[in-house]
Amino acid sequence: MRTIKFLVQKEFLQIFRNKGMLPIIFVMPIIQLLILSNAATFDIRNVTYHLIDKDQSTMSRQLAEKFTGSGYFILKNSSFSYEAGQQDLKSNTVNMVLEIPKFFERDLGNSGKAKVQLTINAEDGNSAGLIQSYSATIISNFAQEITGKNIAPGMTLPNIIQIEHAFWYNPELNYKTYMIPGILVALVTMIGLFLSGMNIVREKEIGTIEQLNVTPIKKHQFIIGKLLPFWVIGLFELAFGLVIGRLVFNLPLTGSFALIFGTAAIYLLVVLGIGLFISTVTDTQQQAMLIAWFFMVIFLLMGGLFTPIDSMPAWAQKVTLFNPVAHYVLMMRSILLKGSGFLDLYGHIVALSVFAVLMLSLAVLRYRKVSD
Amino acid sequence: MNAVTVNDLTKTYGKITAINRLNFTVNKGELFGFIGPDGAGKTTLFRILTTLLLPDGGSANVIGLDAVKDFKKLRPQIGYMPGRFSLYQDLTVQENLAFFATVFGTTIEENYDLIKDIYVQIEPFKNRRAGKLSGGMKQKLALSCALIHKPEILFLDEPTTGVDAVSRQEFWEMLKRLQAKDITIIVSTPYMDEASLCDRVALIQNGNILGIDTPENIVRDFDRPILAVKSSNMYGLLTSLKTFPNVHSVFPFGEFLHYTDRRGKFEPQEITHYLTQLGIQNIETAWTQPTIEDSFMALMEQHA
Repeated sequence: MRTIKFLVQKEFLQIFRNKGMLPIIFVMPIIQLLILSNAATFDIRNVTYHLIDKDQSTMSRQLAEKFTGSGYFILKNSSFSYEAGQQDLKSNTVNMVLEIPKFFERDLGNSGKAKVQLTINAEDGNSAGLIQSYSATIISNFAQEITGKNIAPGMTLPNIIQIEHAFWYNPELNYKTYMIPGILVALVTMIGLFLSGMNIVREKEIGTIEQLNVTPIKKHQFIIGKLLPFWVIGLFELAFGLVIGRLVFNLPLTGSFALIFGTAAIYLLVVLGIGLFISTVTDTQQQAMLIAWFFMVIFLLMGGLFTPIDSMPAWAQKVTLFNPVAHYVLMMRSILLKGSGFLDLYGHIVALSVFAVLMLSLAVLRYRKVSD
Repeated sequence: MNAVTVNDLTKTYGKITAINRLNFTVNKGELFGFIGPDGAGKTTLFRILTTLLLPDGGSANVIGLDAVKDFKKLRPQIGYMPGRFSLYQDLTVQENLAFFATVFGTTIEENYDLIKDIYVQIEPFKNRRAGKLSGGMKQKLALSCALIHKPEILFLDEPTTGVDAVSRQEFWEMLKRLQAKDITIIVSTPYMDEASLCDRVALIQNGNILGIDTPENIVRDFDRPILAVKSSNMYGLLTSLKTFPNVHSVFPFGEFLHYTDRRGKFEPQEITHYLTQLGIQNIETAWTQPTIEDSFMALMEQHA
């Protein structure tokens, strides 16, 4: 016990003396949360569009006003030629061209049917989809208003099925509250993976590992002594990040703190296990860094942090079952936004625990005090 | 009883044989030196003896324990100072020492007598970080750390490489004092002049031991007369001497060249005459006593 205590104490001494380490621990979470959560929003505002109003009628003008008045669209240009609209799309002046054909008002009055054409820049499929769905909502609202006005008093409404949307757990569709739990996961993962992975390799690089290996220090003492400090730092980072999330972004902290930190404790074991494993198979900090990056990128991109797992192909969805980040992102979001409890997340907790045991045993087995 | 017994010890890295069927013993309480050039296999041997590396063949017994099988029992009883300074540069002198004492399950106070002589010299800097110490002080700290658990045997891998002459001398004096406290010391060095400070030395080259003996005996075995030669153009002198028909060996040795002749005995005038013909000027010659370095150069020449 005394040995472990001393190892941990030595590790903390070194961490706090390292001039590069403190900024990483304290500045990284602030920057990540403040910048990334704003940048990584899926919310689309300020969609610029080019209006081709060939009808020039009251109704066509009303429709255009609906777009501009929605708050999502900005009228950038207007013309009477499709080519001019095309040109604006190509030069990235606008994201969308809205064309209202001739006789729009007349057709609407006569048959109740009319057409408008939307040309959306779909280089970024995600935002194109969003622009389309915003537009569809605006157009259908407009159509309903028109139909409502045209119905004579006394007559019953035709069988129009109205779809009411309600966004649960994030009623304002605030992407920040959605992103922050994910960014916190990224943060905890980075701290755990990089710091633990590089730390042991550093001892190899400066040669102190030889000195330690020749001591009667036990394998488990060494490993606990190495992992415990980063486990504590990881949990601290999470707490720190949650405070920033709460203060700056008004992050709803719906779930129980015990569950948040309980799951984080297990998750950090997984990450630290991976870091430790990397450090046992590498000889320099550069190697460790590159391998850690490789895993980090795959874990994050396949973790449902930026792109929903549901929209991945079936095989990829199966792969994410083995991705600890995917489990933990989902858990964090559920706990923070929905207030999910232990039983709701039981499966994920078991999965993470299995990963933790697996990774740590693998790393411990691989760590040798003798080289051959 | 032997402190170290090594039989047919072999270690290869792929096709390269680092050490080749080594056999030697080190007596208890001895100050034993391994002398050899870089890449001779000294570090490999030390790493095997300190249980850090597994040999491919043969056996190594250190203080009655097998270096492979009994490594757990052996580790607490050996002190190892690797060639490269490998303490925590970001911890202070005192923190490093306390750390190594703790991982060996002891305290600084418990074994303070053993390191006292050495530690008092660095104590004024005990709150300085190890990385900020001078070379000689680092070495003293490393030695203190290797001794803090009172080992029975001490392995020092090139402890004086990169250390100034004064500190080197001090260091050897410290080793002598430690030896008086019944600690067996095995040391490796590329400096031949340090060999004469050991009780016995082994010359190691390309993974083979070329000879083991006391420094006195090694010098006594050298039977050729040596002529020290000097001139104003040392490089010309070296190349010219090598072309002399009866040359046996020529080595630079301080400000002189040491020349030995194939015939054993010879007249210095022959040499000066030959050199003058080749245009070498200001030639000085003098007979000189063989040193351990001459013996090693001769041994290495034989095995090359």
